[in-house]
Amino acid sequence: MDSPVAVVPEIENPSALQHHFETPEQQKDSATIGMWAFLLTEIMFFGGLFLAYFAYRQAYPLAFASASNKTNLWIGATNTTVLICSSLTMALGVHFAALGKRKLLALFLVLTLLLGGVFLGVKAYEYHDKWVHHEVPGVHFDCEGCVDAQHAPLFFSLYFGMTGLHAAHMVIGVFVLLVLIWQAWHGKFTADWYTPIENFGLYWHFVDIVWIFLFPLLYLIDRSGRGLS
Amino acid sequence: MEAHSEHHIVPKRVYFLVFFALIALTWVTAIVSTVDLGRWNIFVALAIAIVKASLVILFFMHVKYSTRLTKFIVMCGFFWLMLLLFITMADLWTRSWMGVPGR
Repeated sequence: MDSPVAVVPEIENPSALQHHFETPEQQKDSATIGMWAFLLTEIMFFGGLFLAYFAYRQAYPLAFASASNKTNLWIGATNTTVLICSSLTMALGVHFAALGKRKLLALFLVLTLLLGGVFLGVKAYEYHDKWVHHEVPGVHFDCEGCVDAQHAPLFFSLYFGMTGLHAAHMVIGVFVLLVLIWQAWHGKFTADWYTPIENFGLYWHFVDIVWIFLFPLLYLIDRSGRGLS
Repeated sequence: MEAHSEHHIVPKRVYFLVFFALIALTWVTAIVSTVDLGRWNIFVALAIAIVKASLVILFFMHVKYSTRLTKFIVMCGFFWLMLLLFITMADLWTRSWMGVPGR
Protein backbone atom coordinates (compact mmCIF):
# COMPACT_ATOMS: atom_id res chain seq x y z
CA MET A 1 0.00 0.00 0.00
CA ASP A 2 2.98 2.32 0.22
CA SER A 3 3.35 2.44 -3.53
CA PRO A 4 1.17 5.06 -5.27
CA VAL A 5 0.44 2.46 -7.95
CA ALA A 6 -1.62 0.49 -5.47
CA VAL A 7 -4.11 3.36 -5.24
CA VAL A 8 -5.01 3.38 -8.92
CA PRO A 9 -7.58 0.55 -8.95
CA GLU A 10 -9.37 2.17 -6.03
CA ILE A 11 -9.80 5.40 -7.95
CA GLU A 12 -11.20 3.49 -10.91
CA ASN A 13 -13.73 1.82 -8.69
CA PRO A 14 -15.30 4.48 -6.52
CA SER A 15 -17.37 1.95 -4.63
CA ALA A 16 -14.16 0.82 -2.98
CA LEU A 17 -13.04 2.32 0.27
CA GLN A 18 -10.51 5.07 -0.34
CA HIS A 19 -7.23 4.39 1.42
CA HIS A 20 -7.46 7.45 3.68
CA PHE A 21 -10.68 6.26 5.36
CA GLU A 22 -10.93 3.50 7.93
CA THR A 23 -14.46 2.31 7.22
CA PRO A 24 -17.11 2.87 4.52
CA GLU A 25 -19.26 4.59 7.15
CA GLN A 26 -16.50 7.05 7.92
CA GLN A 27 -16.08 7.71 4.20
CA LYS A 28 -19.82 8.30 3.80
CA ASP A 29 -20.05 10.55 6.86
CA SER A 30 -17.14 12.62 5.59
CA ALA A 31 -18.90 13.12 2.26
CA THR A 32 -22.06 14.21 4.07
CA ILE A 33 -20.17 16.68 6.25
CA GLY A 34 -18.32 18.04 3.22
CA MET A 35 -21.62 18.62 1.43
CA TRP A 36 -23.07 20.35 4.49
CA ALA A 37 -19.99 22.57 4.70
CA PHE A 38 -20.80 23.69 1.16
CA LEU A 39 -24.46 24.18 2.04
CA LEU A 40 -23.49 26.36 5.02
CA THR A 41 -21.71 28.70 2.61
CA GLU A 42 -24.91 28.70 0.57
CA ILE A 43 -26.93 29.60 3.68
CA MET A 44 -24.74 32.66 4.15
CA PHE A 45 -24.90 33.43 0.40
CA PHE A 46 -28.70 33.59 0.49
CA GLY A 47 -28.57 34.95 4.05
CA GLY A 48 -27.18 38.26 2.83
CA LEU A 49 -30.16 38.68 0.52
CA PHE A 50 -32.59 37.75 3.28
CA LEU A 51 -30.96 40.34 5.52
CA ALA A 52 -31.24 42.98 2.78
CA TYR A 53 -34.92 42.08 2.44
CA PHE A 54 -35.61 42.45 6.18
CA ALA A 55 -33.60 45.67 6.43
CA TYR A 56 -35.38 47.39 3.53
CA ARG A 57 -38.79 46.09 4.58
CA GLN A 58 -38.09 47.66 7.97
CA ALA A 59 -37.13 50.94 6.31
CA TYR A 60 -40.00 51.12 3.78
CA PRO A 61 -42.86 48.99 5.15
CA LEU A 62 -45.59 50.65 3.07
CA ALA A 63 -43.73 50.25 -0.22
CA PHE A 64 -42.96 46.59 0.55
CA ALA A 65 -46.50 45.81 1.67
CA SER A 66 -48.17 47.28 -1.39
CA ALA A 67 -45.58 46.02 -3.89
CA SER A 68 -45.69 42.46 -2.52
CA ASN A 69 -49.42 42.39 -3.25
CA LYS A 70 -48.48 42.43 -6.94
CA THR A 71 -47.32 38.83 -6.65
CA ASN A 72 -49.88 36.14 -7.36
CA LEU A 73 -50.55 34.14 -4.19
CA TRP A 74 -52.12 31.12 -5.90
CA ILE A 75 -49.40 30.78 -8.53
CA GLY A 76 -46.84 30.99 -5.72
CA ALA A 77 -48.62 28.34 -3.64
CA THR A 78 -48.93 26.06 -6.69
CA ASN A 79 -45.26 26.42 -7.49
CA THR A 80 -44.37 25.69 -3.85
CA THR A 81 -46.41 22.50 -4.18
CA VAL A 82 -44.54 21.57 -7.37
CA LEU A 83 -41.20 22.07 -5.64
CA ILE A 84 -42.25 19.99 -2.63
CA CYS A 85 -43.30 17.21 -5.04
CA SER A 86 -39.84 17.38 -6.61
CA SER A 87 -38.29 17.08 -3.15
CA LEU A 88 -40.39 13.96 -2.54
CA THR A 89 -39.29 12.38 -5.84
CA MET A 90 -35.67 13.28 -4.99
CA ALA A 91 -35.95 11.71 -1.54
CA LEU A 92 -37.44 8.58 -3.12
CA GLY A 93 -34.61 8.59 -5.68
CA VAL A 94 -32.05 8.52 -2.85
CA HIS A 95 -34.13 5.81 -1.19
CA PHE A 96 -34.01 3.60 -4.30
CA ALA A 97 -30.31 4.34 -4.76
CA ALA A 98 -29.71 3.01 -1.24
CA LEU A 99 -31.61 -0.15 -2.19
CA GLY A 100 -29.56 -0.50 -5.39
CA LYS A 101 -32.61 -0.25 -7.69
CA ARG A 102 -31.09 1.18 -10.86
CA LYS A 103 -34.24 1.75 -12.94
CA LEU A 104 -36.32 3.20 -10.11
CA LEU A 105 -33.45 5.54 -9.24
CA ALA A 106 -33.28 6.75 -12.84
CA LEU A 107 -37.07 7.08 -13.00
CA PHE A 108 -37.29 9.22 -9.86
CA LEU A 109 -34.38 11.40 -10.99
CA VAL A 110 -36.24 12.00 -14.26
CA LEU A 111 -39.41 12.88 -12.32
CA THR A 112 -37.39 15.31 -10.19
CA LEU A 113 -35.99 16.86 -13.37
CA LEU A 114 -39.48 17.24 -14.87
CA LEU A 115 -40.91 18.84 -11.73
CA GLY A 116 -37.93 21.17 -11.53
CA GLY A 117 -38.64 22.12 -15.14
CA VAL A 118 -42.30 22.82 -14.32
CA PHE A 119 -41.23 25.07 -11.45
CA LEU A 120 -38.87 27.03 -13.70
CA GLY A 121 -41.58 27.28 -16.37
CA VAL A 122 -44.07 28.75 -13.89
CA LYS A 123 -41.35 31.11 -12.64
CA ALA A 124 -40.69 32.22 -16.23
CA TYR A 125 -44.42 32.88 -16.65
CA GLU A 126 -44.41 35.02 -13.49
CA TYR A 127 -41.35 36.96 -14.69
CA HIS A 128 -43.06 37.58 -18.03
CA ASP A 129 -46.17 38.77 -16.23
CA LYS A 130 -44.07 41.20 -14.19
CA TRP A 131 -42.37 42.41 -17.36
CA VAL A 132 -45.58 43.19 -19.23
CA HIS A 133 -46.99 44.97 -16.17
CA HIS A 134 -43.93 47.25 -15.93
CA GLU A 135 -42.98 45.80 -12.55
CA VAL A 136 -39.34 45.22 -13.47
CA PRO A 137 -37.17 47.99 -11.94
CA GLY A 138 -35.82 50.29 -14.62
CA VAL A 139 -36.92 53.14 -16.86
CA HIS A 140 -40.29 51.53 -17.63
CA PHE A 141 -41.04 50.74 -14.01
CA ASP A 142 -44.56 51.68 -12.98
CA CYS A 143 -46.04 50.20 -9.82
CA GLU A 144 -49.70 50.98 -10.36
CA GLY A 145 -51.49 51.80 -7.12
CA CYS A 146 -48.42 51.29 -4.95
CA VAL A 147 -48.05 53.26 -1.73
CA ASP A 148 -44.66 54.97 -1.43
CA ALA A 149 -44.10 53.97 -5.07
CA GLN A 150 -40.72 55.67 -5.06
CA HIS A 151 -39.35 52.77 -2.98
CA ALA A 152 -41.33 49.99 -4.64
CA PRO A 153 -38.41 49.15 -7.01
CA LEU A 154 -36.48 48.00 -3.92
CA PHE A 155 -39.03 45.27 -3.34
CA PHE A 156 -38.95 44.17 -6.96
CA SER A 157 -35.14 44.29 -7.10
CA LEU A 158 -35.04 41.95 -4.12
CA TYR A 159 -37.83 39.85 -5.62
CA PHE A 160 -35.88 39.33 -8.83
CA GLY A 161 -32.54 39.01 -7.02
CA MET A 162 -33.75 36.38 -4.57
CA THR A 163 -35.96 34.35 -6.89
CA GLY A 164 -33.34 34.75 -9.64
CA LEU A 165 -30.54 33.37 -7.47
CA HIS A 166 -32.88 30.58 -6.41
CA ALA A 167 -33.80 29.83 -10.03
CA ALA A 168 -30.10 29.85 -10.98
CA HIS A 169 -29.55 27.14 -8.38
CA MET A 170 -32.41 25.17 -9.92
CA VAL A 171 -30.93 25.53 -13.42
CA ILE A 172 -27.55 24.28 -12.15
CA GLY A 173 -29.40 21.44 -10.42
CA VAL A 174 -31.13 20.52 -13.69
CA PHE A 175 -27.77 20.20 -15.49
CA VAL A 176 -26.31 18.11 -12.66
CA LEU A 177 -29.45 15.95 -12.76
CA LEU A 178 -28.97 15.29 -16.48
CA VAL A 179 -25.48 13.91 -15.75
CA LEU A 180 -26.70 11.89 -12.77
CA ILE A 181 -29.58 10.37 -14.77
CA TRP A 182 -27.15 9.28 -17.49
CA GLN A 183 -24.77 7.81 -14.92
CA ALA A 184 -27.57 6.14 -12.95
CA TRP A 185 -28.98 4.53 -16.08
CA HIS A 186 -25.54 3.14 -16.93
CA GLY A 187 -25.21 1.57 -13.49
CA LYS A 188 -22.59 3.84 -11.95
CA PHE A 189 -24.32 3.78 -8.58
CA THR A 190 -24.78 0.77 -6.33
CA ALA A 191 -26.25 0.22 -2.88
CA ASP A 192 -22.65 0.37 -1.60
CA TRP A 193 -21.79 3.66 -3.23
CA TYR A 194 -24.19 6.38 -4.35
CA THR A 195 -22.61 9.41 -2.69
CA PRO A 196 -23.27 11.79 -5.64
CA ILE A 197 -26.99 10.93 -5.49
CA GLU A 198 -27.10 11.44 -1.73
CA ASN A 199 -25.22 14.75 -1.91
CA PHE A 200 -27.22 16.03 -4.86
CA GLY A 201 -30.32 15.21 -2.82
CA LEU A 202 -29.00 17.44 -0.05
CA TYR A 203 -28.46 20.25 -2.58
CA TRP A 204 -31.93 19.87 -4.08
CA HIS A 205 -33.62 19.86 -0.67
CA PHE A 206 -31.59 22.90 0.34
CA VAL A 207 -32.88 24.78 -2.71
CA ASP A 208 -36.37 23.71 -1.66
CA ILE A 209 -35.78 25.17 1.83
CA VAL A 210 -34.71 28.51 0.35
CA TRP A 211 -38.01 28.62 -1.51
CA ILE A 212 -39.92 27.64 1.66
CA PHE A 213 -38.71 30.97 3.10
CA LEU A 214 -38.95 33.03 -0.10
CA PHE A 215 -42.62 32.09 -0.51
CA PRO A 216 -43.88 33.65 2.76
CA LEU A 217 -41.58 36.67 2.54
CA LEU A 218 -42.36 37.64 -1.05
CA TYR A 219 -45.96 36.41 -1.38
CA LEU A 220 -47.61 36.07 2.01
CA ILE A 221 -46.69 38.29 4.91
CA ASP A 222 -48.25 41.54 3.68
CA ARG A 223 -51.13 39.95 1.81
CA SER A 224 -54.01 40.63 4.18
CA GLY A 225 -53.13 44.29 4.79
CA ARG A 226 -53.90 44.99 1.11
CA GLY A 227 -50.98 47.35 0.93
CA LEU A 228 -52.09 49.05 4.15
CA SER A 229 -53.83 51.62 2.02
CA MET B 1 -13.36 4.49 16.43
CA GLU B 2 -16.74 3.28 17.53
CA ALA B 3 -18.93 2.18 14.71
CA HIS B 4 -22.22 4.05 14.73
CA SER B 5 -25.38 2.48 13.43
CA GLU B 6 -24.90 1.13 9.95
CA HIS B 7 -26.46 2.74 6.93
CA HIS B 8 -30.01 3.75 7.77
CA ILE B 9 -32.74 3.36 5.17
CA VAL B 10 -35.76 5.49 5.99
CA PRO B 11 -39.09 3.75 5.30
CA LYS B 12 -40.98 5.22 2.34
CA ARG B 13 -43.97 5.80 4.62
CA VAL B 14 -41.99 8.48 6.47
CA TYR B 15 -41.31 10.35 3.24
CA PHE B 16 -44.98 10.32 2.27
CA LEU B 17 -46.09 11.51 5.72
CA VAL B 18 -43.59 14.38 5.61
CA PHE B 19 -44.68 15.17 2.05
CA PHE B 20 -48.37 15.43 2.95
CA ALA B 21 -47.52 17.58 5.98
CA LEU B 22 -45.50 19.93 3.76
CA ILE B 23 -48.30 20.22 1.18
CA ALA B 24 -50.91 20.82 3.89
CA LEU B 25 -48.79 23.48 5.59
CA THR B 26 -48.17 25.22 2.25
CA TRP B 27 -51.90 25.65 1.61
CA VAL B 28 -52.66 26.48 5.24
CA THR B 29 -50.09 29.28 5.20
CA ALA B 30 -51.35 30.53 1.83
CA ILE B 31 -54.97 30.70 3.05
CA VAL B 32 -54.08 32.16 6.45
CA SER B 33 -52.18 34.94 4.69
CA THR B 34 -55.47 36.26 3.30
CA VAL B 35 -56.83 36.68 6.86
CA ASP B 36 -55.86 39.93 8.54
CA LEU B 37 -54.06 39.03 11.75
CA GLY B 38 -52.38 42.40 12.00
CA ARG B 39 -48.77 42.10 13.08
CA TRP B 40 -49.15 38.34 13.62
CA ASN B 41 -49.31 37.50 9.91
CA ILE B 42 -45.54 37.55 9.57
CA PHE B 43 -45.02 35.43 12.71
CA VAL B 44 -47.52 32.79 11.60
CA ALA B 45 -46.05 32.65 8.08
CA LEU B 46 -42.47 32.38 9.32
CA ALA B 47 -43.37 29.85 12.04
CA ILE B 48 -44.99 27.60 9.42
CA ALA B 49 -41.95 28.07 7.15
CA ILE B 50 -39.62 27.07 10.00
CA VAL B 51 -41.69 23.94 10.69
CA LYS B 52 -41.62 23.04 6.96
CA ALA B 53 -37.87 23.65 6.69
CA SER B 54 -37.26 21.55 9.82
CA LEU B 55 -39.25 18.65 8.36
CA VAL B 56 -37.20 18.82 5.15
CA ILE B 57 -33.89 19.01 7.05
CA LEU B 58 -34.69 16.23 9.54
CA PHE B 59 -36.31 13.70 7.21
CA PHE B 60 -35.61 14.46 3.53
CA MET B 61 -32.03 15.46 4.30
CA HIS B 62 -31.62 12.63 6.82
CA VAL B 63 -30.19 14.87 9.54
CA LYS B 64 -32.34 13.06 12.11
CA TYR B 65 -30.43 9.87 11.26
CA SER B 66 -27.01 11.53 10.92
CA THR B 67 -24.04 11.52 13.24
CA ARG B 68 -23.86 14.01 16.09
CA LEU B 69 -21.05 15.77 14.27
CA THR B 70 -23.27 16.40 11.23
CA LYS B 71 -26.11 17.62 13.46
CA PHE B 72 -23.71 19.98 15.21
CA ILE B 73 -22.40 21.40 11.92
CA VAL B 74 -25.93 21.95 10.62
CA MET B 75 -26.96 23.76 13.79
CA CYS B 76 -23.83 25.92 13.63
CA GLY B 77 -24.83 27.06 10.15
CA PHE B 78 -28.29 28.15 11.18
CA PHE B 79 -26.99 29.69 14.40
CA TRP B 80 -24.59 31.80 12.33
CA LEU B 81 -27.45 32.88 10.06
CA MET B 82 -29.46 33.92 13.13
CA LEU B 83 -26.51 36.02 14.31
CA LEU B 84 -26.43 37.75 10.93
CA LEU B 85 -30.17 38.45 10.90
CA PHE B 86 -30.92 39.20 14.55
CA ILE B 87 -27.93 41.33 15.47
CA THR B 88 -28.40 43.52 12.39
CA MET B 89 -32.16 43.74 12.78
CA ALA B 90 -31.90 44.42 16.54
CA ASP B 91 -30.13 47.60 15.53
CA LEU B 92 -32.58 48.58 12.79
CA TRP B 93 -35.69 47.73 14.83
CA THR B 94 -34.68 49.73 17.89
CA ARG B 95 -33.05 52.84 16.42
CA SER B 96 -36.29 54.78 16.24
CA TRP B 97 -37.20 53.98 19.87
CA MET B 98 -34.65 56.38 21.26
CA GLY B 99 -35.61 59.45 19.27
CA VAL B 100 -31.95 60.11 18.73
CA PRO B 101 -31.01 62.24 15.72
CA GLY B 102 -29.24 60.42 12.92
CA ARG B 103 -31.65 57.55 12.70
